[in-house]
Amino acid sequence: MSSNEFKGVMVFSENFEIFLELLGKGREIADKLQTELSAVLIGHNIEDERGKELIKHGADKVYVVDNPLLEQFNVEPYTDVLSKLASDYKPEIILIGATKRGKELAPRLATRLNTGCMTECSKLDIDEEGRLVVNRLVYGGSSIAIEVSRVKPQIATVPPHVFEKPTPSDRTGEVVRVDVDVKEPKTKIVEKRKKEIAGVRLEEAPIIIAGGRGLRSKEDFKLLKELAKVLGGQVGCTRPIAADYGWFTNWIGISGVKIKPKLYIAVGISGAIQHTAGIMDSKIIVAINKDEEAPIFKAADYGIVGDLYKVVPALTEAFKKLLK
Amino acid sequence: MSFDISPLTTNDNHQSLKNSVVRALPTIIVPFKQIVDIKEIKVDPSTQTPITVGIPRKISDVDKNALEEAIKIKEKHGGKVIAITMGPPEAKTALRETLAMGVDEAYLLSDPIFENSDTLATARVLAKAIEKLGEYDLIICGEMTLDGLSAQVGPRLAELLGIPQITYVRKVTIEGNKVIAEKDLEEEYETVEAEMPVLLTVTREINEPRIPSLRDIMKASRKPINTWTASDLGISKEDVGAEGSAVQILKVTVPKVERKGIIVKAETIEEAAEELVKMILKEGVLRG
Repeated sequence: MSSNEFKGVMVFSENFEIFLELLGKGREIADKLQTELSAVLIGHNIEDERGKELIKHGADKVYVVDNPLLEQFNVEPYTDVLSKLASDYKPEIILIGATKRGKELAPRLATRLNTGCMTECSKLDIDEEGRLVVNRLVYGGSSIAIEVSRVKPQIATVPPHVFEKPTPSDRTGEVVRVDVDVKEPKTKIVEKRKKEIAGVRLEEAPIIIAGGRGLRSKEDFKLLKELAKVLGGQVGCTRPIAADYGWFTNWIGISGVKIKPKLYIAVGISGAIQHTAGIMDSKIIVAINKDEEAPIFKAADYGIVGDLYKVVPALTEAFKKLLK
Repeated sequence: MSFDISPLTTNDNHQSLKNSVVRALPTIIVPFKQIVDIKEIKVDPSTQTPITVGIPRKISDVDKNALEEAIKIKEKHGGKVIAITMGPPEAKTALRETLAMGVDEAYLLSDPIFENSDTLATARVLAKAIEKLGEYDLIICGEMTLDGLSAQVGPRLAELLGIPQITYVRKVTIEGNKVIAEKDLEEEYETVEAEMPVLLTVTREINEPRIPSLRDIMKASRKPINTWTASDLGISKEDVGAEGSAVQILKVTVPKVERKGIIVKAETIEEAAEELVKMILKEGVLRG
């Protein structure tokens, strides 16, 4: 098959917010390539309104695949649907939201389509040959790789908040209902359990104070919360705090949330590359750690070497005094 | 393909135990990767590119969790664990380490034509090797390796083998021929069931990988490491390496980190804190 047979940009995410963000970027790419932007809505009892919402945010065409087996995300039938649509409509680019679900779907889809997949892209461009060129982090987040897919469709996943949600407009488009044969999945979801502590949206927070293993208990995070209150900031943590101890739902770092605040204060965080890669877009980084050799100081603009249990309250007081 | 563990826990006669052992115990395959130790990567200042040649290599962290989980399942249910890796001949040291951890058989998939394979080409090689190994019940991978950060090989392998996948698993139990696994997603935990064979990708929270004792290491040094080349696997050049890869890396750079690196010092902590606050205020990051 000649690669010229592929045309159009197709977008999918099971997460509606990321879906809209990707439509904004997808629109820009489709315009550059002078081609069509399509969106794929998968689920059960989907109303046309939902499709129209996607059109308002940039889609020319929305394919709706509605089936009881698709009610909740399951990688097997979702791969069936997207591979069928990709084979029938032959988009040259497929963008998928890089949630954990999206990240298990995209490579499975790419394998069925016998093509490449570029994970968690932070930048998408079209070069003079019309190829999709992406930037993504490699080597623990310490390096940036610029990649292309030599095979079409070119598939890329994009994390939340990389692109801004477009402003809705009164554009028109077409909602097309498509029947796809889906098989009963071999994996069965037997239980879903919401994580207990509500996740704070750190991706957009302008001020973030985060704690690491230097904090001895969950209760000790109140020190950080007091500082956050004075600054109007949010509190976050590193991976062990969330994933091992379960004190938070999500963590800051390469495998969790990547942040870009104006001010980031790292408390009792040693600064492993997997963490610092997730904070490098912060404008100012402040570190508090008792170990002066901790790598976090190399990634910071300002630091105090000392016991966080003394430094953080002192900092809170100092902000209170000087912010008046 | 199924297995039943009950004969091991009942008082069945010797013959039936033997029969079910022959037929029934699980075979677990762990495809893993030996990667450069990220912490040791240096930067070439003239080109601002990472230097990865001559850097110490190790088993990717989360892949160790995959190996540990496979060995734990074997210790509980019987069966065997097979470790496979695609890499240069030097990757034998990593396979040796997996044998010391408790892996039963080790396979190195090595051929110059495998070099520069992307996730698609890598999954093709691993799939061919797994097909050659014969019947299996579980495949356990790490959620991703820290070098490529792509989190793709597991799902790609499951697709090529035509088996289901359960990703981001932080807890797994085996009941009869069923796997029950808990996925760690952004906002929720999801418990998923599937009949074997199934491929799991695990997170690093699932266990604490064991450190082999000197005795284990000594014992492992006498175990064989099997090597399979492209021709052993029936793989041709068009399907692997740069030629068989879909994704092409145009360039890798290390972003320049320009941080001020100022350590604020003072007589007392209170003074240091005030000094730091003044500096932060000057940055203008607290307004607007």
